[in-house]
Amino acid sequence: MLNIPCPFCGQRNESEFAYGGPVKPDRPQPDKVSNDQWVDYLTQVPNPLGPVEERWWHVKGCGTWLTIWRDTRTHDIVEEPGDAG
Amino acid sequence: MQVDRLAAGGRIDRGRPLSFTFNGKAYQGFAGDTLASALLANGVRLTARSFKYHRPRGIIGSGVEEPSALVELTGDDASANQPATTVQLRDGLQAKSVNCWPSPVVDFGSVNQMISRFLPAGFYYKTFKWPNWHLYEPSIRKAAGLAAAPQNPPAGGHFENRFGHCDILIAGAGPAGLMAALVAARAGKRVMIADEGREAGGSLLNRRLTINCRDAAHWVAETIAELNTLANVTHLQNASVWAYREHNYLMVTERTSDNPSLIERNWRVRAGHVICATGAIERSLVFGNNDRPGVMLASAAQSYVNRYALRPGKRAVIFTNNDSAYAVANDLATAGVDIAAIVDSRNEVPREVRATIQETDVFAGHVVTTTKGGRKLRGVEVAPVEGGKSQQISCDLLAMSGGWNPAVHLWSQSRGTLRYDDQLACYVPDQPAQASSSVGAADGKLTLKEAMKSGADAAASLCATGPAAIPQSDDIDYSISPLWRVEQAQGPAFLDIQNDVTVDDVHLALREGYDNIEHVKRYTTGGMGLDQGKTGNINIVGTVALQKDVPLQDLGPTTFRSPYTPVSFGAIAGIREGSVVQPYRHTPITEWNLDRGAFMYEAGARWRRPGYFPRDGESFQDTVNRECRTVRNGVGVYDGSPLGTYELKGRDVGRFLDHIYSNIMSTLKPGQGRYGLMLSDDGLILDDGVALRLDEYRWIVSTSTGHADAINSHMEELLQTQFPDWNVFITTVTSQWNNATICGPRARDVLAALSTDIDTSSQALPFMTFADGQVAGLPARVVRVSFTGELSFEINVAPRHMRELWAKIMEAGAPHGIEPIGSEANHVLRVEKGFLSLGHEVDGTVDAHDLGMGWVMSKKKSDYLGKRSVNLRREGEAVRRELVG
Ligand SMILES: [Zn+2]
Repeated sequence: MLNIPCPFCGQRNESEFAYGGPVKPDRPQPDKVSNDQWVDYLTQVPNPLGPVEERWWHVKGCGTWLTIWRDTRTHDIVEEPGDAG
Repeated sequence: MQVDRLAAGGRIDRGRPLSFTFNGKAYQGFAGDTLASALLANGVRLTARSFKYHRPRGIIGSGVEEPSALVELTGDDASANQPATTVQLRDGLQAKSVNCWPSPVVDFGSVNQMISRFLPAGFYYKTFKWPNWHLYEPSIRKAAGLAAAPQNPPAGGHFENRFGHCDILIAGAGPAGLMAALVAARAGKRVMIADEGREAGGSLLNRRLTINCRDAAHWVAETIAELNTLANVTHLQNASVWAYREHNYLMVTERTSDNPSLIERNWRVRAGHVICATGAIERSLVFGNNDRPGVMLASAAQSYVNRYALRPGKRAVIFTNNDSAYAVANDLATAGVDIAAIVDSRNEVPREVRATIQETDVFAGHVVTTTKGGRKLRGVEVAPVEGGKSQQISCDLLAMSGGWNPAVHLWSQSRGTLRYDDQLACYVPDQPAQASSSVGAADGKLTLKEAMKSGADAAASLCATGPAAIPQSDDIDYSISPLWRVEQAQGPAFLDIQNDVTVDDVHLALREGYDNIEHVKRYTTGGMGLDQGKTGNINIVGTVALQKDVPLQDLGPTTFRSPYTPVSFGAIAGIREGSVVQPYRHTPITEWNLDRGAFMYEAGARWRRPGYFPRDGESFQDTVNRECRTVRNGVGVYDGSPLGTYELKGRDVGRFLDHIYSNIMSTLKPGQGRYGLMLSDDGLILDDGVALRLDEYRWIVSTSTGHADAINSHMEELLQTQFPDWNVFITTVTSQWNNATICGPRARDVLAALSTDIDTSSQALPFMTFADGQVAGLPARVVRVSFTGELSFEINVAPRHMRELWAKIMEAGAPHGIEPIGSEANHVLRVEKGFLSLGHEVDGTVDAHDLGMGWVMSKKKSDYLGKRSVNLRREGEAVRRELVG
């Protein structure tokens, strides 16, 4: 059971949250992208071995949708990885 | 008759005899006994048949490591496949052997022994693979014969869950765990110490050691007494720490408590730091017929003679590869067991160890090659380890010690790494993965002094106190020379006694190419029994290492997974069984529905709704037909309260609704409503419902009952993550509004009879509009929508007025023949009208065009959720299914 930091409530058990999945890129302007780009946006979900940015909804708490970085190998909640560039 | 019970000593209460039955025969033991110790005290040696070959088996261990003596408990606390060594004796206990029929003495399944050479590893997979394994599995499992789950829930009591929080969780109350607890508790830390045993002390209960020059039991009692005076300490016995999860979250099952109605309590503990003080488990030795009743772990023999005051045999041979068994020989001799010989596979026995046992023959550099006897041990064959002439030694007890494995299970579950220690010939904890440490025997500190010091040091460093004083203790050093298997074994040499896996099976697996240790495990099933190979797994690794000629460090043990010991489903579920898992939701007229004879069922989102209202003797179909006719020809009423209802406020609600609905909502005027579809961005239908505009900035969005929570999540996620600057606030008002919907050609007459100040004429209140006012003297909002396709008035009131409204509707409607309508008739009416039926036509694969609802897809809006995807899907030539009729 993850111990998830809510910016409003502090550390709370995972059972208070609903999983919102990995954060996808921003929704493109539908009329500005090709069909392939649109399909990629819909279907390509980040699934790294390592830190992934993901959303959780504190549904049984304050109701906030929050974002954490979680290392999929260890479940450790980590800092946002630095900009590689 | 407790023929093998000693006259004095032990941690049993001879003043409290307990009666029990085993395989139907009556016996007596004492309070403090386990079922295993009571059976041994009564001279019972044969307790079970083995899983595959139905070989006779006895008791091998004395605790959770037991691989052999599985029993089924019957009667009030029926339970399957319990190790007899962990079943605490109580008055009236009824137990029987598993894997045999009709009894372990006369067992028809033992015919499998005769054909054992035809039942090698992988036999079942190879033989029963056509057409597939699952066809054969049930009958093979049945023949395999482990006990079935009990038929009934426990006769009395309940299970519960509880959360625990602490600075330091200590798993194990042996010498190392107790020292750690003492140091941390004195430093003021919030300490939780949980131990699987009936009483604290761990290995000290089984051995005869002194601390501060007194029996170690005194130190244990003093330590527990001090811990129990401290408010910052939670001390649990009979409590197994069985899972170590991420973020220092652990599961602890407590089996008994002061509350007699509580069967088990499962603690979910979040710990700041975890100290694994889980001790070590003795390995068995691998020689011919090493499973014969009378062959026992040396540590178990020691426990039985010291803790349970019984003689596990009259004449014993000790077979060892390490020093610890010499103390066992001493303890057995003290209790009057004749020690026939010590067989030590090492050529050199340390002099100070040899000195502890003076008058016994020690066969250094020798091994036991096989055992003699039938259902009971009668002797062993002993030969030099280098080969040579063997001799027979008669005995009825063989106490074996293959060395010690630190119980690294929890450590390993936490993802802490292991390394192979050549000196100790075992895997020991290496690097932690979470805030945890290992102490005592669990960390390879196999002498008492080292164990106590490591416990104290770990706690002291956590508490930043200075080094703690360590009590004086006596214990000899430990040394070992590994013996993974006896090469000249005669007869089957079992590595996993529970699953009947022999050295030959492992060699076969290697020959067939299964040479990864995890593959060997799955192919042979070695280590996959209820005991999870606690006594045999590392011998399997050693056997593979010998065969492949690689170091053990490169093979590694197989992955340790939770649970460490078997856990009952009840403990995991707690009180969350039946309707308590998620309580049902009811509207204020549930009682009225029940009085009226409604057939109630769940209609999504845990709402209990009336399905239909049968009259006496009326069939389901007749009832639904009658209810439908009532609505089509006269007037019916249903309770629409469970529909999800959300109030949206703010300047940007119109814009937001235009984004989430496929049609345009922002053009509605206050007082108007519109039906719409919500799509996901992949163009499939999420939900349908009606949006009402209350005024410039206030709207009501209604959703289907079953999708209410999902739509709430959907709207909140969009607003919080994609449009954080949009001015929209969502309030869930599902439970703030109830509604009774009057529908049918005579609905307006009923509303008039109720008396209302709202003009309900079709000019003043056309379809898809609403008005606030009074209905039957109650403040109400009347909405002209239609779920059934007939003239309908949805009368929304506060829940506190719902019963009164309902009663008045039934009264005012009586002259018009009003009837309550259930969900079944509602569905039929909708389908007859060609209205969308969520969950039927909409199954997550269709879009609006497929349903003949293209009209709901706005062409004016440049973008909304799902638009691009629907268009994209329809651009191609692909033929799509279409709903017709
Ligand atoms: Zn929160």
